[in-house]
Amino acid sequence: MKEKIKARVMDSRKIKRAFNRMATEITERNRDLNNLVIIGIRTRGVHIAKRIANLIKEYDNIDVPVGILDITLYRDDFSELEDKHIVKKTEINFSIENKNVLLVDDVLFTGRTIRAAMDSLIDLGRPKTIQLLVFIDRGHKELPIRADYTGKSLPTSRREQVKVKLKEIDKKDEVLITEPGGIE
Amino acid sequence: MTLLIKNGYVKDPGSRLDKKLDILIKNNKIAEIKETIEEKDHQIVDASGMIICPGFIDMHVHLRDPGQEHKETIETGSKAAAAGGFTSVACMPNTYPVNDNSGITKYIISKAKKSASVNLFPIAALSIGQKGEILTEMADLADAGAIAFSDDGMPVSNSQLMRRGLEYAKGLGTLIIEHCEDLDLSSDGVMNEGHNSYLLGLRGIPDYSEDVMVARNIILAEKTKAPLHLAHISTQGSVELIKSAKNKGIPITSEVTPHHLFLDDSLLTSYNTNLKVNPPIRTKQDNQSLIMAVKQGIIDVFATDHAPHSQDEKDVEFNEAPFGINGLETAVSLILDKLVHKKVISLDKMIEMFSCKPAKILGLENKGKIKVGAAADLTLLDTEKKITVDVKKFQSKSRNNPFHDWKLRGAPVMTVVSGKIVYSSLKKPSSSQ
Amino acid sequence: MSFKKKHLLGIQPLTKSEILTILNTAESLKEISKREVKKVPVLRGKTIINLFFEPSTRTRSSFELAAKRLSADISSFSKTTSSAVKGETLKDTVLNLEAMQTDALIIRHSASGTPHFLSTFCQSHVINAGDGTHEHPTQALLDAFTIREAKKRLKGLKVVIVGDILHSRVARSNVFLLKKMGAQVLLVGPPALVPPEMSQLGAEIDHDMDRAVKKADVIMMLRIQMERQQKNYFPSIREYRQLYSLTPKRFETAHKKAIIMHPGPINRDVEISTHLADSIKSVILKQVENGIAIRMAVLYLLLGGKERDFTD
Repeated sequence: MKEKIKARVMDSRKIKRAFNRMATEITERNRDLNNLVIIGIRTRGVHIAKRIANLIKEYDNIDVPVGILDITLYRDDFSELEDKHIVKKTEINFSIENKNVLLVDDVLFTGRTIRAAMDSLIDLGRPKTIQLLVFIDRGHKELPIRADYTGKSLPTSRREQVKVKLKEIDKKDEVLITEPGGIE
Repeated sequence: MTLLIKNGYVKDPGSRLDKKLDILIKNNKIAEIKETIEEKDHQIVDASGMIICPGFIDMHVHLRDPGQEHKETIETGSKAAAAGGFTSVACMPNTYPVNDNSGITKYIISKAKKSASVNLFPIAALSIGQKGEILTEMADLADAGAIAFSDDGMPVSNSQLMRRGLEYAKGLGTLIIEHCEDLDLSSDGVMNEGHNSYLLGLRGIPDYSEDVMVARNIILAEKTKAPLHLAHISTQGSVELIKSAKNKGIPITSEVTPHHLFLDDSLLTSYNTNLKVNPPIRTKQDNQSLIMAVKQGIIDVFATDHAPHSQDEKDVEFNEAPFGINGLETAVSLILDKLVHKKVISLDKMIEMFSCKPAKILGLENKGKIKVGAAADLTLLDTEKKITVDVKKFQSKSRNNPFHDWKLRGAPVMTVVSGKIVYSSLKKPSSSQ
Repeated sequence: MSFKKKHLLGIQPLTKSEILTILNTAESLKEISKREVKKVPVLRGKTIINLFFEPSTRTRSSFELAAKRLSADISSFSKTTSSAVKGETLKDTVLNLEAMQTDALIIRHSASGTPHFLSTFCQSHVINAGDGTHEHPTQALLDAFTIREAKKRLKGLKVVIVGDILHSRVARSNVFLLKKMGAQVLLVGPPALVPPEMSQLGAEIDHDMDRAVKKADVIMMLRIQMERQQKNYFPSIREYRQLYSLTPKRFETAHKKAIIMHPGPINRDVEISTHLADSIKSVILKQVENGIAIRMAVLYLLLGGKERDFTD
């Protein structure tokens, strides 16, 4: 489906500042960083998780383990995904038993992805706490889920889409609001 | 009651009739054959555009009666024959009980008299129970009306028995028909052995299972000097053996079915049980070889090996399904479309292979010819009629025919047996004033 | 990468892309079996029937566990417990089961073509767990997965399959799959069990095992059934072992990093020397482990998510 860009709400500078702020918040609220693990939800959540881990290393010189979570098998809404069938690997090479888990995703929308992620985590072990970091909170929640750390809150309409572009995969950092329609 | 068939084109290669002629039928026999016969007060059929042939004869059908009437009966099978353009059929003895004694032969003949639409000639078993051990009382059976002898369904594996059978049959002046198969080579095969059987993981019946028995039978016919007819030839190898036998003057005749001429084993990838038959459908090379053999006169007649089975019986896993293809109602159209129209054989040759020759082989003196005084058995063909095969409309009880939906050009349109119209898709006969 | 077929009837109907989809999905699902809680909810509420008309513990329990780990409900029927014993036709048995609202039927049967037959009237997804001597697709898939795991690729490998090829559905499915993926397959065994025409399936044929295993990357041994001897396919087990067993001496001539495979169950010291079966080069147990991942992948791809338009 063709899409057109409605607005560019964050550029790379704003994104960098958001990351710094969130990393600081995390280190403030988590006294024992040695008990922290970060788990990114595929695909973009993973890169955000890694950036957060790198910042924590920079600030506090602590290596927080980062894991990759694929929640395809826990979804309740197959129609939302384009490549609905492709299930990729979940790679969490450490135990989450009794850990403080920081779950990371790029956009918080209906909340169903996060619900699926929590179900998946609980099948993998029993974390002590689960905190949620999202880069963009765009409203329209359908479940009682809220983020502990938010990069930016963005009111949107349902038909709009929020695209978080990261230079690791998209060549540059920016946050766009797009909507369907538009010319070649 | 008289029947006048007007304006048809009469073709009888045996009597060398090959022109537009009217035929008058009186008292079940052909009374007059003339260019124009006055209409008077006969029943009239207008056969303009039709070819009138001596009644076709299928010398290899299975009517399942007595014993397996759920598959077919003498009544339904003969209706199917009539619809297929056949005026006579010879039915095989592998019924339940086997037709190996005169009681069963008489039953078949009497039931036919009551309910058959066409002439029915029973073939009796060669050995008791078709077990291949002891000869049947062939003279008694012939007396009761058996036209030939066969263990069809099974081969006669014991060569000594076959030899004795041939010697005895020769003495009686009767014919043996043999299903050529080496049971050990066939083993538990269900389709032709070859690339396709390997692909599909189905047990194969090698083509030489037939060839080795054809070879044996030819040698026995040569040594005993007894006539022998080989049923349903299906392989290149058999064709070559028969060709050299005929060249040597050995009294061998043979038949081929439409399914062996026109279907090949690559079609079995669908695991369609309507393609499961014995001998199995072979390769394209075998098809070509058989067609060439027909063209060159190496094979004498067409026969359907009509083998009806109920739908439930065929609607199972391939291994479990019984062997057999239904064929009476598609044979003539197939030959017209695929051999005559494709100029492989002439219409005359087709008529020979469907009527004169089977009559000769079976020793039926007055059949296979259009002659004043002969029984009025006629097959009328419309060589241009376009049909689409619809198994649901068959007269036969069975539906196991693999040609469903085939579009063919040419069909039988009327069948007359002993002066009676037993099948017609023409306008009803009118009476003149 | 995608999978749009309704049934898994064999390897032949699959495209290379579909095969890759299955293998890659299996790779992602493999870790579920290593968790403490070996379950994900993706097939919750789906009803699967295991319909095994031939005895099998391995394949049947592999499918059962695969289904259960995806949270599906699965029930197993075997020949002796089914009404086939009372003379019910296969078609009737299946129609009766479908009346209980099944989503998938996993069928193993001794008649080749049975899954094709079922697919002509079933509403459920039909999964072939082995039909006669025709195909055993999940076996070939787990074999390919195991090879890829060990060798990092399939293309260009020399794979030698030894044994009763004529009667082996495992061999057929493997030949079809490996050919599609660009591997070179060599079929080895006594002439009556490896007829020359079978090369038309896409493999080379050799009756000399010593020659065949030279430089092989993968050696797959098939079980030899004792009954074949009665039908004179070969004179005796002793002679068969002499000519076609995988002995350490024969194995030495294979590629240095060659692996040994067997679909199981093994006849120790008939097809394969007991020492080799347990050696580090043998991936036989890995095959079993991967079987679960592959079967999970197949069930997931056929049944996961909403019902959609199928291409078969």
